[in-house]
Amino acid sequence: MSEVISTDAVIIGAGPCGLFAVFELGLLDIKCHVVDILDRAGGQCAELYPEKPIYDIPALPIVTGAELTQRLLDQAKPFHPQFHFNQMVTELIKHGDTDFELRTDGGIVFRSKIVVIAAGGGSFQPKKPPIPGIDAYEGSSVFYSVKKMETFRGKDILIVGGGDSALDWTNNLAPIANSLTLLHRRDEFRAAPDSVNKMRELVAAGKMQLKLGQVTGLTGADGVLSSVQVKGNDGAAFDIQANTLLPFFGLTMKLGPVANWGLNLDENLIPVDTEKFESSTPGIFAIGDINHYPGKLKLILSGFHEAALLAQQAFHYINPGKRLLFQYTTSSTSLQKKLGVA
Amino acid sequence: MAKITFIQHNGTEQTVDGIPGMTVMEAAIKNMVPGIDADCGGACACATCHVYVEAEWLDKVGKRAAMEEDMLDFAFDVKDSSRLSCQIKISDAINGLRVRVPEKQF
Repeated sequence: MSEVISTDAVIIGAGPCGLFAVFELGLLDIKCHVVDILDRAGGQCAELYPEKPIYDIPALPIVTGAELTQRLLDQAKPFHPQFHFNQMVTELIKHGDTDFELRTDGGIVFRSKIVVIAAGGGSFQPKKPPIPGIDAYEGSSVFYSVKKMETFRGKDILIVGGGDSALDWTNNLAPIANSLTLLHRRDEFRAAPDSVNKMRELVAAGKMQLKLGQVTGLTGADGVLSSVQVKGNDGAAFDIQANTLLPFFGLTMKLGPVANWGLNLDENLIPVDTEKFESSTPGIFAIGDINHYPGKLKLILSGFHEAALLAQQAFHYINPGKRLLFQYTTSSTSLQKKLGVA
Repeated sequence: MAKITFIQHNGTEQTVDGIPGMTVMEAAIKNMVPGIDADCGGACACATCHVYVEAEWLDKVGKRAAMEEDMLDFAFDVKDSSRLSCQIKISDAINGLRVRVPEKQF
């Protein structure tokens, strides 16, 4: 029998919205446990674009995914959230009249008064092109994301794709690669025009190559790639010498177990109201990319607002009958004490 | 009503009835045609309803829109005959349409 962790709130997802929910709930004395399938906090910011700048966080003209995550962790720190990484919540059921029971695939059991689903696109996975034999190279020569640029220093890199990820990593890795080729199926790119211009400058300067065509096969041995077979747009087949292949064909989001929790869903999203951001089950809230309401924008800043509002309702579930006094952190001594600054 | 035939990678054919106004993708999903995943539900946002239109039908189904062209970057083994089936509207003009389903959507 697993030990049962009793808590006020369980937050599913340690991305930016989940982390800010820790802060907003914390201001109202609501203690949180946070569960995430990744091995660290940050969600997509950590997994997909840790080194990529974000420009639309209020008051932070430029911030990387990693830096935003760190800042949110710092902000939530006074409330001592407890993180449970590498865990997927597989079950969420009612426990008695007022509580919920959650179980993870790692055997953790929580009893919680409220639940916040901040699971983004669910457990997301990069799309893997069905190139014969690609599995054998994954993790050694084939990578679907860049977690540390240094891993790719001195490599002969082939990047495939025409979106922002493909272009950003082309521009960022070209200076440290031994050689770099970008392969795309057409001479048009969906990526930001600046990135495309920068790539074209690198090509003009002889620092990388741009080829048009599509991958048909891989050659190598023992998980180490030596060349990639390509069918060119003119129909001619050719090889690109590469020991590293980075295919960027977008992401596929898998909702996972959320679909089994008895919540009303709309196209894999959780419909919520815009006062409390609550799902069809009272006490289960949904914020960030996973929720939906009229006018919803999938922006990190929307998730921050949603976190603040859900906390108000969460307070009433956890403290029935108690009046909640609205306070500002700039002027309230009691909030400042909680934050450890007064 | 327009007949639409889906030809699987292994050559198996399945002909379904399409109602004018629906998309070819919707006709496939409604009739559980294998190999048309349509993850995004028809928003031209995922490229998992990729088909190859048989040569004699290419002109009749029309050209790819810019958004569809962009989204085909996420498909595999894109050819001149590639279309996203959610972007082909069914009409009497394409009664008899034949499309090939790729071995795998991804």
